[in-house]
Amino acid sequence: MVLELKEATKVVRGITHIKPTSLKLEPGHFNVLLGQTGSGKTSLIKLMAGLDPLASGQIFLDGQDVSALSTQKRNISLVHQFFVNYPHMTVFENIASPLRVAGMAKSELEARVQEAADILQLGPMLKRRPQELSGGQQQRCALARAIAKESRAVFLDEPLANLDYKLREELREQLPELFAGRGAVVVYATSEPEEALLLGGKTALMDDGVVTQFGTTSDIYRKPENLTAARVFSDPPINSAQIVKSGQTAKMETGVSWDLDGAAANLPDGPYIVAVRPHHVTPFSVSASDVAMDGTVLVTELSGSESSAHFQLGGDGWVSLAHGVHPYEIGENHRFFMDPSKAFYFAPDGRLVA
Amino acid sequence: MKTENPKAWFFVLPVLLLVAFNALVPIMTVVNYSVQETFGNNVFFWQGLDWFEQILRSDRFHAALGRQFLFTFLILIIEVPLGIIIALSMPRQGFWVPICLVTMALPMLIPWNVVGAMWNIFTLPDIGLLGYLMNHTLGINYDMTQNPFAAWVTIITMDVWHWTSLVVLLSYAGLVSIPDAYYQAAKIDGASPWKVFRYIQLPKMKTVLTIAILLRFMDSFNIYTEPFVLTGGGPGNSTTLLSIDLVKIALGQFDLGPAAAMSLIYFAITLLVSWLFYTLMTKDDEQ
Repeated sequence: MVLELKEATKVVRGITHIKPTSLKLEPGHFNVLLGQTGSGKTSLIKLMAGLDPLASGQIFLDGQDVSALSTQKRNISLVHQFFVNYPHMTVFENIASPLRVAGMAKSELEARVQEAADILQLGPMLKRRPQELSGGQQQRCALARAIAKESRAVFLDEPLANLDYKLREELREQLPELFAGRGAVVVYATSEPEEALLLGGKTALMDDGVVTQFGTTSDIYRKPENLTAARVFSDPPINSAQIVKSGQTAKMETGVSWDLDGAAANLPDGPYIVAVRPHHVTPFSVSASDVAMDGTVLVTELSGSESSAHFQLGGDGWVSLAHGVHPYEIGENHRFFMDPSKAFYFAPDGRLVA
Repeated sequence: MKTENPKAWFFVLPVLLLVAFNALVPIMTVVNYSVQETFGNNVFFWQGLDWFEQILRSDRFHAALGRQFLFTFLILIIEVPLGIIIALSMPRQGFWVPICLVTMALPMLIPWNVVGAMWNIFTLPDIGLLGYLMNHTLGINYDMTQNPFAAWVTIITMDVWHWTSLVVLLSYAGLVSIPDAYYQAAKIDGASPWKVFRYIQLPKMKTVLTIAILLRFMDSFNIYTEPFVLTGGGPGNSTTLLSIDLVKIALGQFDLGPAAAMSLIYFAITLLVSWLFYTLMTKDDEQ
């Protein structure tokens, strides 16, 4: 089972929601759509599910052109961010609904529902109505429906976004094994970089209605093609600043400078943008090569195991994220250290150059 | 532990007084008439339940009650499905929504006696637009002043025209409150339009439909003005519904005792049917 988009676009009343997008999604691993709110994740999913019409381009499901095929005939599943279950039906009937529509025999239907319910620990709730379940159970019911159906493609549109933290972690751990070995293409939309990394597989970065980069999740994390991709795949957002390279030295507007090595050292002289993930900017020096920089602390957050500080560095707002508890005072001038070996260098137009 | 404060009763008192003057006192005067023979100069004789027995045994009451149930049954089986179909075919959004809604609301805004008069003039065989067309242009014998069947067709059509909108507007309100996500879920399940209606739209409309049917039942069961103006209960007694018969007894013959007894029986039937229907419809939800 392969889901393939060829130059697919979506236009609503003259406004382009999805720019020409080509993707080849395969089963066996999670295909994560990672992008900020409004980047077009849900639009793309609706397009693939056939809930919205294509403006141009084609969609193939296992080699079959399904561009003009109605949602009903595509044999797919979708789990929404909001818990969508039929309110007047019991949990059993909810899970069974796609099977009933397909006209499955009673004994097989019951076995399939029971299996899906067991996997998602809904066994004792089968006779209840959705509103008698907790939020996590309601979403598990929606997931059970998607699993019981054994569809060709499963779309999970931020399925954990409305769950509380603990449930989210619990369900996120279960998700990959739920769909493992089922042969369906699994598409998982999220706005959290952490989820993409945890779920693994492949990631498609989305920004402004287009997939900017697609590949193995860890590859994309290590080598974002451009500054936008780097920003999307970093939480808190990646730090960036203008630099000027001359010879072997990079220099920020604030005067902070460091020696370049590796690929960055071979770039032609001129203006660039340096970007560093927040956890590579720490309030203590890790190695001798670290670059020291002074910034005014604006906001601080403590989470117990980590402390973060937002600080002003010249014209840019930077974030430092470090293990342990570090005392900061708002407004103080604090010294931070950046690990230059972890820095990305982008051309002024946003392209990754080193 | 619950604490009780007797002062709470003072807050209920205004409502009690209002209900007393609004409902209890008028009903008690009717009860008063129903158990006595009334003469002029406030002379009364105790009759017990005689009037009730007389009414319940009278063929005239049975006939009127039968016509009443037939009328209500007919308009319900036409108006409810028709109203749902119209509501389903109305647009959910866009330019046409307010136009549809206003058009739908128009018949309900017309005073009831005007509706009766309109349909009377409209269907008169000699001067009415419809009556003339039917008889003289199409050659169909249609005269609601002479033919009981034509009279029934006319009062049913009039009521459908007047009140289907209520079912439409209530159903429509139920329909637009269904989130898109349900329709999407149904599409993904592969559900046909009929299944979408049966398992998503109908259950979501259930509450408003219950109210719509209840209102239509009560209003049609108590209908008076429109058929009175349109046919006056005729030809003969063929469209004499309960309320028309009641008025004939009370004001035509001035039989206050039997009329009061009949009012109470009438009221009891309306109440009983409404209660039964409502209880049946809401039973599921309470489980």
